This record gives sequence, C-alpha cells and structure tokens, in this order.
Amino acid sequence: MLQVSLYRYNPETDQEPWTQEVEFDSGGKDLMVLDVMEQIKAQDPTLAFRRSCREGVCGSDGVNINGKNGLACITALSETVRDNKLVIRPLPGLPVVRDLVVDMSMFYDQYEKVEPYLQNSSAPPAIERLQSPEERAKLDGLYECILCACCSTSCPSFWWNPDRFIGPAGLLQSYRFLADSRDTATEQRLSKLDDPYSVFRCHGIQNCVGVCPKGLNPTKAIGHIRNLLLERAI
Amino acid sequence: MGSIRTISFDGVIVGGGGAGMRAALQLAQSGFKTAVITKVFPTRSHTVSAQGGITCAIASDDPNDDWRWHMYDTVKGSDYIGDQDAIEYMCSVGPEAVYELEHMGMPFSRTEEGRIYQRPFGGQSKNFGEGGQAARTCAAADRTGHALLHTLYQGNMKNNTVFFNEWYATDIVKNADGAVVGVIAICMETGETVYVKSRATVFATGGAGRIYASTTNAHINTGDGVGMSLRAGFPVQDIEMWQFHPTGIHGAGVLVTEGCRGEGGYLINKDGERFMERYAPNAKDLAGRDVVARSMVKEILEGRGCGPDGDHVLLKLDHLGEDVLLSRLPGICELSETFAHVDPTKEPVPVVPTCHYMMGGIPTNVNGQALTLDAQGNDQIIPGFYAVGEVACVSVHGANRLGGNSLLDLVVFGRASGLFIENALRDGIVMRDASDSDIEQGMSRLDKLNNSTGGENVAGLKKELQNIMQNHFGVFRNAEFMQQGIEKLAELRSRIDNAELSDKSQAYNTARIEALELHNLFEVAEATAITAEERKESRGAHARDDYQERDDENWLCHSLYSPGDKQVAKRAVNFEPKTVDTFAPKARVY
Ligand SMILES: Cc1cc2nc3c(=O)[nH]c(=O)nc-3n(C[C@H](O)[C@H](O)[C@H](O)COP(=O)(O)OP(=O)(O)OC[C@H]3O[C@@H](n4cnc5c(N)ncnc54)[C@H](O)[C@@H]3O)c2cc1C
Ligand code: SF4
Ligand code: SF4
Ligand code: FES
Repeated sequence: MLQVSLYRYNPETDQEPWTQEVEFDSGGKDLMVLDVMEQIKAQDPTLAFRRSCREGVCGSDGVNINGKNGLACITALSETVRDNKLVIRPLPGLPVVRDLVVDMSMFYDQYEKVEPYLQNSSAPPAIERLQSPEERAKLDGLYECILCACCSTSCPSFWWNPDRFIGPAGLLQSYRFLADSRDTATEQRLSKLDDPYSVFRCHGIQNCVGVCPKGLNPTKAIGHIRNLLLERAI
Repeated sequence: MGSIRTISFDGVIVGGGGAGMRAALQLAQSGFKTAVITKVFPTRSHTVSAQGGITCAIASDDPNDDWRWHMYDTVKGSDYIGDQDAIEYMCSVGPEAVYELEHMGMPFSRTEEGRIYQRPFGGQSKNFGEGGQAARTCAAADRTGHALLHTLYQGNMKNNTVFFNEWYATDIVKNADGAVVGVIAICMETGETVYVKSRATVFATGGAGRIYASTTNAHINTGDGVGMSLRAGFPVQDIEMWQFHPTGIHGAGVLVTEGCRGEGGYLINKDGERFMERYAPNAKDLAGRDVVARSMVKEILEGRGCGPDGDHVLLKLDHLGEDVLLSRLPGICELSETFAHVDPTKEPVPVVPTCHYMMGGIPTNVNGQALTLDAQGNDQIIPGFYAVGEVACVSVHGANRLGGNSLLDLVVFGRASGLFIENALRDGIVMRDASDSDIEQGMSRLDKLNNSTGGENVAGLKKELQNIMQNHFGVFRNAEFMQQGIEKLAELRSRIDNAELSDKSQAYNTARIEALELHNLFEVAEATAITAEERKESRGAHARDDYQERDDENWLCHSLYSPGDKQVAKRAVNFEPKTVDTFAPKARVY
C-alpha cells in the first residue's frame, strides 16, 4: 500500500492547513501521480487541484511531489516514490487558494511584465516574415515553456522578491523574444530589465533547471540576458 | 437564490482556446467592450495539445499549390457533407489567417528559404486528387497548437483583452424573444455566481471527447457548449460524426500526431506487414483518418493485432533516423517514452484508434451565427448567439475532418465571427433585456445542484457513461448495439440529473464544476447516440455493419438533432461555392 499524504486547506472550513493521509492501492501499476490524485478525488470529491491535458503540455498540474516541483501527470510513481511514500503539496511560495490550488497571479504578473509578444516596428509583408532555420533554432529551448511555474516556485530569489524579481519563467520568455530575429524591440526590452532586481536577483542556484518538466534551462537564458545588459552598459 | 450581480459587455466569448482567442483578438482590436470567460487559464485550453500543424495552401513547399486543391481534399474528406461555401471560405482566406499568426510571432518551423515549413498529412493531394501527395500542413515542430495558443494569448495581452480566467459558464440566458443575452457564470476562486450580459455571446468551448472512455482529449473537454445549447432548446448538427484518430497510444489514449506518418512513419501488424498498402494502395498510411482507423480495427478483429492481447498495431518510426525524429517530432519522442515506455528511434509505438474530434456541433453560417430551423424547415438565425471552433459545425469537416484543418477552422472562423460582430455592433444591436425570470431560468440547473441531497457519486456515473459510449458507439456501429446503448443512456439520465453534490463550499469547488460537466457530457452522448442510430448509412467516420454503403439518395445531408422531442431532422448541405464549380459527390477512394 502506498502512503499518500495530501496537503489540505479549505478556507471556508479549515482554520489552518492539515495533512490527509490516504492508503492507496495502485494495483501494482506504475501510475502517474495525477492518476493517483484523480482516483482519490473519485472517493473524496472535496479534494481540489487543477488538471487539463494529462500529457504534460498545458502546465495546469504543477505541484510539489515528495519535495520536488513537477507535473503530476507525467511523474510516474516509479520515478518519485521511495519507501512507499508519496507526499503531495501545493507549489511553494504562492498563496494557497484551496488544497493543491495556488494563486498564480504573481507568477503571471511577472510574465506580463516582460511584454511576451513580438514587437516589430516595420509593417508586415504580404506573406510571412522570412526567418532562416538557424535563426529559428535560436528559439528552441525557449518557446516550449508551458507556464507551469515549477521553476519560479522553486527559486529562492523569487520567494523573497516575487514582486520585483521576474523569475526564471518570465526571464526565459523575455529571452525568447530577445532571441527572435523578427523582434526589433531589443533596446526597449533591455532598458526595462536594467535594474538591480528584475534580472540580477538571480544567483545562479539552478533550482529552476532541475525541476523544469520540459527540460528547459532558464539559468542559461538569464545568463544571456545578463550579458546583453552588461554589454549595453559598456 | 436572490438576485445576482450582473456584469455587462458588448461581446462575451466563452472559451479561451484557439477559436475563442482569435475571435477575442478581433473584438478587442475594434475597441468594443469584450471579455473572454474560460474555465482554465487560456494557455491550458485543449488547443495547446495540437501537434502536427495547420493545413493551408501558403505555397511554401510547392510554389504552385492552390487553395482550390485544399478545398477539393476537404470536400472529399468530409464525404461530401461539408458545406462547400464554408470550405471555400476557409481554404481561400486561410493563408491570410496563417500569415497573421506568423506576424504575431508564432514560431513556425522553417524551410531553407526561410518560409514556413509544411509537412504532408493524410488526405492531401495536388491538382484535385490527380497530382499525388501534397505537403500542406504548416508546422511548428510537433507543438503547433502550443505555439499557436501561446501566440494568440500574447496577442490578446498586447491588445488588453479582458480575461475572466477560471470562470465557468453554466447556462445560457435567453430573453422573451428567444434571443441569447449572455450566460450565467461561476467565479471558481470565490464561488460567486453572476449574470454576464452581452449583446453577442460567442461559444468557443471546444470538444467533448470525454464522452468516450478512451480519448486523446483533455479532461476539460466535456462538451459544455453543446450541453448549454441543447438545454436552451437549440439543435445540434452531425453530432453522430466522431473522429477516431488512428494513432492514440495504446492504454493511455495520448495522441501521436498524423505528422509521424506524414514524415514517413507507417503502421504494421503483428506479421510486420505494412497493411495500409492493402486498404489504400495509393495514399497508404496517409488515407483519410476514418479509412485508416477502420483498417486498423479490421486487422485487430481478424487476429493480426499486436501484443499479448492482440489489441493494437504498431507505428514504425525508427527508420526515419534520430535526426529527423528529434528535430521534427521531439514531442512525440517525449510522449512515447512517458506513456508507452518506448524510444521511437529504436522501437515501434503501440497505437490504437482513439476518440479524437467532434465533427458535429452547433450549426452556424460562415459568420459564426448559430442557426436553427423554423417550422417550414428554413434556416433561422438565433439572435445574439455565435459559435466557433470545435463546438461549432459550420460545417467544414462534414463526416470526417482532415488533419490540420481544425486549427485552420479556429483561426479563420474565430476571425470571421469577430469581424462580423464588430460590424453588427457598429450598426447597433437592439435586444430586450433579460427579465428576472429569464435569469432565474438560466440559474435553475445550478440551483437544483446546489440544493441536491442524496444521489449518486459523479465520478462513478461519468465512468458508466463513458463505457456505454465506448462499447456501443465506437468505430463500427450497428442498430442492435446502438439501441442497447440508447436504452442504457435512458436509464442513466435521471441518475445523472440527480447526481449528488455533497460539498457545497464556494472556494474553488471542483466537485461542483465536475457535476455540471457531467450533465453536459450526458447531453452530448445522448444526442450522439440517437442521431447515430438514425443515420442509416455509412459515411465518413460513421461506419455501420448493417448499412455498409453510403446512401446519397437519403443521407447526403446534415442531421439536425432537436433536444425537445429528441427527433432527428435533415438539413441541406451547401453545394454552391461562390468562385469555383461545385465538387459533385463521387466514390471516395484513397
Ligand atoms: C491531442 C490532439 C492533437 C491535435 N492536433 C491537431 C493538429 O495538429 N491540427 C489540427 O488542426 N487540429 C488538431 N487537433 C484538434 C484541435 O486541437 C482542436 O479541435 C482545437 O484545438 C479546438 O479548439 P477550440 O478553440 O475550439 O477549443 P479548445 O482549445 O478546446 O478551448 C475550449 C475553451 O473553452 C473553455 N470552456 C469550455 N467550457 C467552458 C465553460 N463551461 N465555461 C467557461 N469556459 C469554458 C475552455 O476553458 C477553453 O478555454 C488535435 C486535437 C487533439 C486532442
Ligand atoms: S538560477 Fe536564478 S532563476 Fe534559477 S532558481 Fe536559481 S536564482 Fe532562481
Ligand atoms: S520554464 Fe519550465 S518549469 Fe518554468 S514555467 Fe516554463 S515549463 Fe514550467
Ligand atoms: S495536466 Fe496538463 S500538464 Fe499536467
């Protein structure tokens, strides 16, 4: 029997968060953590969590699993369970709305701050803007972000300054547009980032890289932005 | 329930997937007061899962490509019940809509010339079926939906669209004239229920694949738009037409794109035979999806399936080489390893036909205006009500959708409805306000649920429903089985109507949402079942053992299911494109 511990908190009925212990029979199958959550919820519908695609592309079900942030739908029990224990908690550092559902507003606000949309001052041509495969390749490892917040909520700098440090996810998207051959707003983008907090609060601890379920590397992108800012200062 | 708060907009779009966000973008740019209501944060909508691409004649792969060839393929793919005026509009306007996405920043894959990369997909041809396989599907690796959805969200952000994220629409509000004047919606975070008033209500709520036990669709694809529309008394069209995608990963249901076969992968049976050569000598693995899915089921039924239970076939990819797989199909490699525990660069992927797409839906014209039939059987526009995307049936997909045509449908008709509504608002839309009792009517289902006592568990009922659909309305259908299914559904209805909501709390109560979704799943399932039994022929995705032939004499038409009397009427298919000759029905061979 798998020992599942779930973080529970309903603001209407609970004074404070508590832990629900459930004995779970996986029937010997290597289920995904989300399957376990779904089966528990079928018995106890009060358990709240987000989920949608169940295949690791929508970014809904970022949770903290046995101490590590990840997507419940693509984390197999065999990958995470040791000593028969499965501890599921909400993503750390964000206010809890209920159970495993966190308030993501601070995370989304930082994403919006980097103006994550293409800016190009010239009028578009009648067909697509041309871009070589090499130029396009620069976006690989950047555009695939699913905004799951696993990275930013594992980042100590984001915990301390969620209002001023953009955080790994936002910065990765910032660089996605800086790196796009079709974007002409490099200077404006950089000038908005040029303060002690937005970028420079990153201390290269790389927690973000270790947890990204899409295998992206925010630290590297942050390094590129940092270099662009330093070059610009000279 | 006392009176509830009202919030008012010029246009309200229910759904933040590709279709909803494209419509929203148009309206936001026009300056009208617009809001998007979505039950998940927009980038978590199901469009994010689309893999293979968006089909469109942008003439990148072949400089001579022509939207009329795309139109021909689409008409043929639909098995001739796609509306030719709508298909003409989609295929001819398509390039503009795709270029707009690129200009907005969508990270398409590229050719050496710097143009958008296009890959071959099923059912595609050059020169009206005479010139061999075309490569017409524009792709961003195998993450096209993700790239498209994020780009549209970003575009909306740039244009300051108002989003009500994690708000759940429960029912339509109609006024005394039968016009749609908004929806009732719940803010999931607080549980507050409001009346969202609007002069144009656009449904972009996506599909309902979750009526089946095995599906490529996300958990949230519960057919809410169709459910709400049926409850409001409006009909649905061609709802018996469900696409089973040939390559769902066996056991998990997760999709691997048709792009795999587009890039050169193929299906094999337990003898290692490339069996599609027998069923579709020309197009082989790139025949229409319905054709490939049926061939696979036949292989399995005739004992040539793979695995210990002989219940699936294999998709072979390793011969494409690691370079192609990792650059063009990186997401597929990930999914195969996670859900099938195979590395496609070395081993084939176990696959089986899996419920994928709802061709039917709310009937509309090319402006997205929802339609019903009047007493004389003529089309009648439902004032204030629009539908776009998978929930709509405009109809460009008819009895079988071609791969890559859904994403195109989303952006072309999302845009078209936005343009139309913008003009209509400019001309002035006058509608009577909803009375208190109209609003109460819209609240009645929610009120009943909130006061429920006793009743059965939602999760258990959902499973039962899904199994009935899976077993009685699958790839092959026949009267006896379908009638049994219909009886089982009839028995299930009151149990689902009376399902229990034991947790009445307000804050982020997902149990309440799932109970409401179950009602919608049931509405879609029942309409599917009754209409499928009624259509006594085989056409496109609707394949019957007892009526194996297409019957153009009686069934070259749309089905139209009415919720009140549960009767199925016939509606004419449009055969009058404006700028090209009609494509007359002929035998559909690949
Ligand atoms: C795995 C997979 C791969 C696919 N690949 C391709 C492909 O390569 N090419 C292609 O053309 N097509 C593809 N399709 C089909 C295509 O992705 C879908 O048909 C399309 O994305 C549907 O888009 P939509 O905007 O209509 O709805 P969705 O993207 O499903 O969005 C629906 C929206 O409605 C909202 N909503 C629903 N109900 C409510 C409610 N009650 N209240 C509030 N909001 C609500 C949701 O929150 C969501 O925002 C694929 C489908 C699947 C399943
Ligand atoms: S590397 Fe930077 S962004 Fe990543 S976790 Fe560490 S401090 Fe945060
Ligand atoms: S970078 Fe990775 S972990 Fe961070 S939000 Fe994006 S996908 Fe999630
Ligand atoms: S449910 Fe979509 S990422 Fe897990």
